[in-house]
Amino acid sequence: MADYLPHTESEVAEMLDFLGLSSLDDLFAHIPPALRLAGGLGMSVGASEPDVAAIFARYGEANAARAATMTCFAGAGAYDHEVPNVVRALSSRSEFVTAYTPYQPEVAQGVLQAIFEYQTLVSRLSGLPIANASLYDGASALVEALNMAAGATKRSRILVSSGVHPHWRAVARTFAAGTGHEIIEVPLRDGVTDWAALDAASAAAVVVAYPNYLGVVEDLGAPRELARAAGALFVVAGDPVGAGVLRSAGDWGADVFVGEGQAFGTPLSFGGPYLGLFACTLEQVRRLPGRIVGETVDLNGRRSFVTTLRAREQDIRREKATSNVCTNQTLMAVAAAIQLGWLGTSGLAEIARRGAVGAHHLFEELVQIPGVSAANSQPFLREFALRLRRPAAEVIADMAGSGVLAGVALDALVEPDDESVEDPSRVLLVAVTERRTREEMDRYVELMRKVVA
Amino acid sequence: MTSEGFAGGRAASAPLMGHETEPTMFELSVPGRSAVQLRTTGLAERPMSEFLGPEHLRDTPVVLANLSERDLVGHFTRLSARQFSVDLGAYPLGSCTMKYNPKFCDAVAGDPALNSVHPGAPAALSQGWLELLVSLEEKLCDITGMAAATLQPAAGAAGELTGLLLMRAYHASRSDVRRRVIIPDSAHGTNPASVTLGGYEVTTVPSNERGLVDLDALRAALGPDVAGIMLTNPNTVGLFEEEIEEIAAAVHEVGGLLYYDGANLNAIVGVVRPGDMGFDIVHMNLHKTFATPHGGGGPGAGPVAVSARLADFLPGPKAARAADGTFEWRRPARSIGRVHGWHGNALVLARALAYIDVHGADGLPRVAQHAVLNANWLRQRLREVLPAAYDRPCMHEAVLTASSLKAETGARGLDVAKALLDEGFHAPTVYFPLIVDEALMFEPTETESPQTLEALAQALERIVAQARQDAQILQHAPYHTPVSRVDEARAARQLVSTEDAALR
Repeated sequence: MADYLPHTESEVAEMLDFLGLSSLDDLFAHIPPALRLAGGLGMSVGASEPDVAAIFARYGEANAARAATMTCFAGAGAYDHEVPNVVRALSSRSEFVTAYTPYQPEVAQGVLQAIFEYQTLVSRLSGLPIANASLYDGASALVEALNMAAGATKRSRILVSSGVHPHWRAVARTFAAGTGHEIIEVPLRDGVTDWAALDAASAAAVVVAYPNYLGVVEDLGAPRELARAAGALFVVAGDPVGAGVLRSAGDWGADVFVGEGQAFGTPLSFGGPYLGLFACTLEQVRRLPGRIVGETVDLNGRRSFVTTLRAREQDIRREKATSNVCTNQTLMAVAAAIQLGWLGTSGLAEIARRGAVGAHHLFEELVQIPGVSAANSQPFLREFALRLRRPAAEVIADMAGSGVLAGVALDALVEPDDESVEDPSRVLLVAVTERRTREEMDRYVELMRKVVA
Repeated sequence: MTSEGFAGGRAASAPLMGHETEPTMFELSVPGRSAVQLRTTGLAERPMSEFLGPEHLRDTPVVLANLSERDLVGHFTRLSARQFSVDLGAYPLGSCTMKYNPKFCDAVAGDPALNSVHPGAPAALSQGWLELLVSLEEKLCDITGMAAATLQPAAGAAGELTGLLLMRAYHASRSDVRRRVIIPDSAHGTNPASVTLGGYEVTTVPSNERGLVDLDALRAALGPDVAGIMLTNPNTVGLFEEEIEEIAAAVHEVGGLLYYDGANLNAIVGVVRPGDMGFDIVHMNLHKTFATPHGGGGPGAGPVAVSARLADFLPGPKAARAADGTFEWRRPARSIGRVHGWHGNALVLARALAYIDVHGADGLPRVAQHAVLNANWLRQRLREVLPAAYDRPCMHEAVLTASSLKAETGARGLDVAKALLDEGFHAPTVYFPLIVDEALMFEPTETESPQTLEALAQALERIVAQARQDAQILQHAPYHTPVSRVDEARAARQLVSTEDAALR
């Protein structure tokens, strides 16, 4: 018998008396008796917090891949970045955690201004003028971009590079069953998208990842020209940490930028909640999915913030809305704003550079090992794909025994019919963040040498 | 009944501090300042040009804010002082279930043994997480009376769309082409928006004078081209659809499916199960019923549970119990595919499971009972102040109307809501559901005390008395909040959504 109810028994009795009822059950008297759950729920009765904590401690201990016991070289869209105490302390303030969508701006300036700052940061990272208040994750941001493109062009054919994260492509395919979009996945050749001989006419969007999911930094000129010639929107799925050193999506001519913002202030979290980044050109602002905060003034002329362009949204437009998004990931957006405030101009570039330096060091050491080679010959930033003599899943399992999570096996990531890489079972995707040290990399190399032999 | 009716306790009513305008982080920035501290990697710097061609490298850095750690803490702490929250005071925002979020659940989600695990780690290295997900799925099925569930959808609206795609896959598997989905006129806006994205047309059915689905109108709208109906029960007026069995029979009769929008599950959790009402697909908002915090507008989680005949279509991969007692990822036989980049909002799911485990089979029904008790007490207490839109027992929320107050004094529902902010309470939901004139939707939730409800009632009495005296004063309320009413038209007309917009 544990709960968080304030009422005493006598207060309950008094309230029921006020309503002319004799028991709590009477509150449900108008529900047909046949529908009432007669025997109660099947689960066990409630337990105290310390008792439940013991169960959860057991769950935690059963996760061999937790940070306390394993060094993380896995990436594939989820990265082990530094989340300092100051970011954790500020983003866990209950004023941010226990509020809801800022429907009443007079008492929600804290969240509204934090979102405004977040939108500014995403705009600057993407090189595009408009950013929304966040979406669920990178995959959902991609889906919203496709819907935006279809709405803007009145077309439904979508060209997606197979270098876009396999899970994001899978999500896009799932939702295309409802929207009727025709999704064409453009194959990779030696790690880069093969745009040649592709007919982009009548396409709504051309989508490319920068870097792609194998870590390769692809040339964006070809897909941009393809999109331009066809009158399609050019959508770039970008790594926001990479943006610290790479040209921005806007600079490459993107109409829409989507990305996964987990790297900024959100722990790995077994995949969620993460943060869907979304930015676009001014031309597309009326089709923007989700919420957007704008600056204005109050009755006394004081600077204020408020959710705006509300006429696009589902609660007003209903079946004609540009998106069904209501709740998004505001807390993660606030955490990202705090984390980027902590990183600052030089810090963002620094973590991007450290990732790149670490990744190249590790790559150069690993490809010396017999049985380990580069999976492609392309330039990369902070993540790379290796082809191994042994199945990657076995190598991961063996190295995990020594406390190193070696990466992600490609066959665990791609759908069975994926054609982005040949024989994915022998391909290992390895990522390096600013948190990985030379010592950890040396150990990685030593273990790989042992297990691949 | 007066406040003397409840001895002791302190009514939650907490005016906000934070009246000073706070500069943005960019305005606080001083070039050269920095807060960042990183690990020593032991690797020498190398130029990026060694790795990438010049066409890929930016010429100038992305300009962010440059702050000391102390600047950063001051800035976001001052912003937090300009923000109302459940922890500060009562938040009776109807339809959003803004109940107290136990700190224990935050601690669970903050445990590095859960939150440091990479989502791409093999199942063998993340057994604890898989077991946790399986346990949650089993309990959500218990609560809803369903056979299986997906935990992937990241929010209620994502759950709705997932449910509609399941509906589509089910009909398609029977080579049954259907075109329409029925929605009552009281539905949340996400319902029709999701229907469109699910590739269906919306048919709206009216509510009757009792605030319930008009069964005759529903029967007239049904036909062999109807894929299903989306219902919230209790509905958005806070009333239980008493004819749900007849509705279910009529929809099933034409081969349609029943979709349960779990927005209002808090009213019936542990008391009535959607599966027993005849529903085929159910989404739950874990951030509502199961108290995972709303985060200023997310993250939520919107798992979808289904009856046995739909289980094979669920998104995958799903965590499952293997024959040897370990846990593995499994893809349902005819899965519609992924609806999330990984496994769903895992830390939100962990919080919800902790909440469910603490409450258990005995505690969850008490949640519903006390939520319904509080809403009915408030409705009854305010009878002479602001009448209910439908004069009969409600469930977890009471939809009141300022219609007669407006006719009498000129004060609108919005004015009442704004004046309530000055009283230290969050406003109710206003102008929803659309079918109620001057709607004020109060959802006190089960975690507010009778003292707080009485204080809320007295605040509303003062506001209504003020309206009768001089309604004009209310039109400019609130007066004591960090900002007064904001110019929403200007925000939309001259869009300034980033610090840099003014420069364009």
